[in-house]
Amino acid sequence: MAIFINENTPILIQGFTGRIGTFHAQEMIDYGTNVVGGVTPGKGGATHLGRPVFNTMKGAVQETNAEAAIVFVPPPFAADAIMEAADAGIKYCVCITDGIPAQDMIRVKRYMRRYKKENRMVLTGPNCAGTISPGKAMLGIMPGHIYLPGRVGIVGRSGTLGYEAASQMKALGIGVSTSVGIGGDPINGSSFRDILEHFENDPETDAVLMIGEIGGPQEAEAGQFARDHMKKPVVAYIAGLSAPKGRKMGHAGAIISAFGESAPEKVEILKGCGVTIAPTPSEMGATIAGVLNKLKKVA
Amino acid sequence: MDIHEYQAKELLSKFGVPIARGGIAYSPEQATYRATEIGGSKWVVKAQIHSGARGKAGGIKVCSTDREIEQAAESMLGKKLVTNQTGPAGKLVSRLYIEEATDIAKEIYFALVMDRASERIMVVASAAGGMEIEEISAEQPDTIIRVQVDPAVGMQQFQAREVAYGLGVDPEVINKLVPTILACYRAFRDLDATMVEINPLVITKDKNLVALDAKMSFDDNALFRRPHIAELRDKSQEDPRETYASDRGLAYVGLDGDIGCVVNGAGLAMATLDMIKLAGGEPANFLDIGGGASPERVAKSFKAVLKDKKVKALLLNVFAGINRCDWVAKGVVDAVNDLNIKMPVVVRLAGTNVEEGRRIIDESGLTVISADTLAEAAQKAVAAAKSAA
Repeated sequence: MAIFINENTPILIQGFTGRIGTFHAQEMIDYGTNVVGGVTPGKGGATHLGRPVFNTMKGAVQETNAEAAIVFVPPPFAADAIMEAADAGIKYCVCITDGIPAQDMIRVKRYMRRYKKENRMVLTGPNCAGTISPGKAMLGIMPGHIYLPGRVGIVGRSGTLGYEAASQMKALGIGVSTSVGIGGDPINGSSFRDILEHFENDPETDAVLMIGEIGGPQEAEAGQFARDHMKKPVVAYIAGLSAPKGRKMGHAGAIISAFGESAPEKVEILKGCGVTIAPTPSEMGATIAGVLNKLKKVA
Repeated sequence: MDIHEYQAKELLSKFGVPIARGGIAYSPEQATYRATEIGGSKWVVKAQIHSGARGKAGGIKVCSTDREIEQAAESMLGKKLVTNQTGPAGKLVSRLYIEEATDIAKEIYFALVMDRASERIMVVASAAGGMEIEEISAEQPDTIIRVQVDPAVGMQQFQAREVAYGLGVDPEVINKLVPTILACYRAFRDLDATMVEINPLVITKDKNLVALDAKMSFDDNALFRRPHIAELRDKSQEDPRETYASDRGLAYVGLDGDIGCVVNGAGLAMATLDMIKLAGGEPANFLDIGGGASPERVAKSFKAVLKDKKVKALLLNVFAGINRCDWVAKGVVDAVNDLNIKMPVVVRLAGTNVEEGRRIIDESGLTVISADTLAEAAQKAVAAAKSAA
């Protein structure tokens, strides 16, 4: 099944006709993703990459029955685009845009709560590389060929560190069910904990690799969720051992401002929750391999 | 982005936060002039740097005469002030804030922060003012009041009253404290702040309120719509290496080691620094060149990293996804040639077209050392820096 997207999921591109939207839409189509159209206000009625362009998300969903969307809209307008997707009945939305003001994201999250849980859109990102279910569909900007299809879920904040993990796993013959980027912003659509819950409920995922970093409470919260509600093993790596306190390390959210937000503190919390820690970033694949071997022996 | 105390006070007072009379001075002479302008018989001379804990470091002095003001100003201006927040290099004092002295009866800690757990703006207040919030949470955690603001409706009067009564102030102060709390919230919301901290918020002997110190930080992502805030940036308070890089669109953080790092992606960059540490070395910097790694950006990044004269070796780690490794490799070779880089450069490329990329690096005949894995790259960079030392 994978989570969020598969080969059949009909997908819309928001910011379809722009330079970045066009480039990545083509990459997604080439990967086999079921892109059914896109939205650029003012360009409705046109055809782009052989697919229809719409002025509004509501109009696009009515015509295409799209279930998922990906946002390539510039920062000042991205929050609006996400809310438009939520209101149009999109079930799953990825926001790639980097640089959205934090208060805009607070508003987006408050807005999404207007909908009953069962109708509420799931958002991942912003400031992420997107989501891929290898061999099925790609809703993001990652290089699809570095992922082997398989049964390990990946969830992480960083794009390229996630690629590093996927290629280490591929080198060891380990495949991925779905890889989800939750992005590097302090206020994001879905937390580590939210994604772990989806993986726990996915019959095609056996184990999860979580790639965290300094800053914020989400890794610790995910550790507690893994301890209390998960049967599947979780492996984690936390980036930023050498990060000084109070400095923003590239990502808007990668800043140690409170107790428990440094990498060593997060590692201790996760260990205490029974999460297996990859000791270095070059051992993410090997640590997952070890955990999978143990699973086989038990079975 | 951080701003100075006097700038924060000016912004907050426009929203209705009470502050003491004061003025800015760039010389000892101006300092005494400001004091005369303000009037009274007691003044405070405050060094304007982007750091708290200035008092203990000699950056805040109470004066009663012109002579004292001059002496205080001379002792601060043009010097680097080292506090427990600036690091050993300290920060340059080029402006002073001269303020009338306040008769303190009670000190309150008051702040608004972006709370990541609740994803809301949150008030943090304590009757134990004057101490750092870290000390308060360690020593008197029970005094801390936290109130979260619903973004749909904003902060309500009753929430401000809850905070005010929770702080246990005198009844006649409540009516001044409630509007002050709401004013701070409006400033936070309307200016896209990430923090407003008034420590201490003082209740004077005649039952008035004064924001004695004020600190504000702003959301870098929102500066595009707050141009008057962006103007308040003071580059003299930044690490010059970081100013150079950020003016060129690079995310850079200066560190103390000797291995210059250029990496694409913030997470991979942090992981690369971790690997260097684990291999026994010390990174000179964090640098994320962004998801793509065009030859221009590689060259720009090398230039930025080489501004740091402590750097003895360079490590470039790029996971080329959409960009092919051969393209990145050509960029590296050109940059090393154009910038005439003589120190060892360890290059680790991964992703699309990696074999072709490595061939270009190996055949370049430069002092470039290629590495296959993250671990190998870190080990080679550490060894190179050690032998260059």
